[in-house]
Amino acid sequence: MTGLLDRIGRRAMAGLSEFGFGATLLGECLYWLGMGAKRRQPVRLAPIVAQAMEIGIGALPIVTVLSATIGVMLAIQGIYTLRLFGAESRVSLGVAMSVVREFGPLITGILVAGRSGSALAARLGTMRINQEVDALTVMGISPVRFLVVPPLLAMAVMLPALTLWSDLVGLFAAGLYIAPQLGSSMGAYIDEMSDLVRLNDVWHGLGKSAIFSVMITVVGVVNGASVTGGAEGVGRMTTRSVVHAISAIVITDMIFVFMVTR
Amino acid sequence: MSSPNPNSIEVRNLVSYYGSRQILHNVSLDVAKGEIMVIMGGSGSGKTTLLNHLLGLLKPASGSVRVLGHDIAKLSPVALQRLRTRTGVAFQSGALFSSMSIGDNIALPLREHTRLDETTIGIMTRLKLEVVSLAGFEHLKPAELSGGMIKRAALARAIVMDPELLFCDEPSAGLDPVVASSIDDLILRLRDAMGMSIVVVTHDLDSTFKIADRICVLDKGHVLALDSVEAIRASTDPRIQNLLNRRTEDADPDADSYLRRLVGDPAHTSAGTSRP
Repeated sequence: MTGLLDRIGRRAMAGLSEFGFGATLLGECLYWLGMGAKRRQPVRLAPIVAQAMEIGIGALPIVTVLSATIGVMLAIQGIYTLRLFGAESRVSLGVAMSVVREFGPLITGILVAGRSGSALAARLGTMRINQEVDALTVMGISPVRFLVVPPLLAMAVMLPALTLWSDLVGLFAAGLYIAPQLGSSMGAYIDEMSDLVRLNDVWHGLGKSAIFSVMITVVGVVNGASVTGGAEGVGRMTTRSVVHAISAIVITDMIFVFMVTR
Repeated sequence: MSSPNPNSIEVRNLVSYYGSRQILHNVSLDVAKGEIMVIMGGSGSGKTTLLNHLLGLLKPASGSVRVLGHDIAKLSPVALQRLRTRTGVAFQSGALFSSMSIGDNIALPLREHTRLDETTIGIMTRLKLEVVSLAGFEHLKPAELSGGMIKRAALARAIVMDPELLFCDEPSAGLDPVVASSIDDLILRLRDAMGMSIVVVTHDLDSTFKIADRICVLDKGHVLALDSVEAIRASTDPRIQNLLNRRTEDADPDADSYLRRLVGDPAHTSAGTSRP
């Protein structure tokens, strides 16, 4: 019994200290963003752009495919469900709301967590076990400024951008199914959509994706920086970072919706 | 900038723990300006821990480490960063950034700490590559180099800012004798040409005797001896002689404690003093 309590206590402490580490990291990132230039350690644009290409442009194809799939899926389910009430014509409203407020940010966040969050954790973990992080430190280059701030900024810009793209693709793909089913035209569908989608809903989705972007980066970096035990450790922490990031995204999504929507 | 203090490094009564295990016991040593100090010891002697303290990567439990006249535990982050531009470190594994070419690796400290233009940085990078006989390799990635070339590239990166103090961790470990010897020559040349103080951590006896001005022998976290090469060679301490003559330590004569360790008696499994 004491053994169990002991384990629970230790796990809780470890989890809490990881939270603390993440918060410290985020604070340090903001510090370098603000103070870097003054301390002659500016955050440079080139690595941010490189990361943005990798995180954002690299994810475009898969985001496009999955967003389109989700759009069509929502359209099919929506028409099927609303037919029960004889209200198929209202399907566009349901699709507009669900894609922009929920599915766009969620699917993009999960994809980027799987693609880039894991890559970040693996890269940092490998650099750590190769002493590359130590090498930066003893050169007088802050590893946070050099390795963490660029992906944080790139992610914060690219994830909302990808989410916006995902919204557009999802709604368009849904229209490809809805328009023929309801016997109307694509033009009419797009007109209807531009009335239905309110700016407020778009901001709701983009706001969430901005929060997700910070969480994906911080979770990836915390896990990467905690790697011990060679290649196996890198693999373990990479997996862990994906699981943690996706869990964090889903849970935060629920909390955000709970706080904002009621 | 430079202090009137003639010693590049002063370590006083340094104590270090790894968890609850004590790794360093009251280690004190000085490294004079322009001196090559070799820190020697077997595996688990605490030499890597000592090096990490000298680099400021670990905080001492007690005692002090002064580098180039500054107590590194008490320096502000800004001052520590400035101090680190005056020291260079060549890590055991090289620790070259695998995503960058050799040239970019070596140019990185210049790009980050100076406002030189790219042409000058290019010239200085190639200059250092010439010094370590790696001219023409600046476009290759670290993965495309051999072990000896990686160590030499790491040395080039360590000296690119013309440091006053250079640290080398196992510069010749895992290399064939010819390449190892060329790295030793390189270290000697660096000291003679640039007047650097150099701290080398190694367990390689041949290179130790070749390059050292003084040797610090560590054993189980204690400074066993700190003296000139001749004095270390002439030492009568059995443990130093064991190390010099590559003899194994005497086996544990206590059969009871051996038995207790085998059955995993907790009183004995947790109380080791040396690193595994």
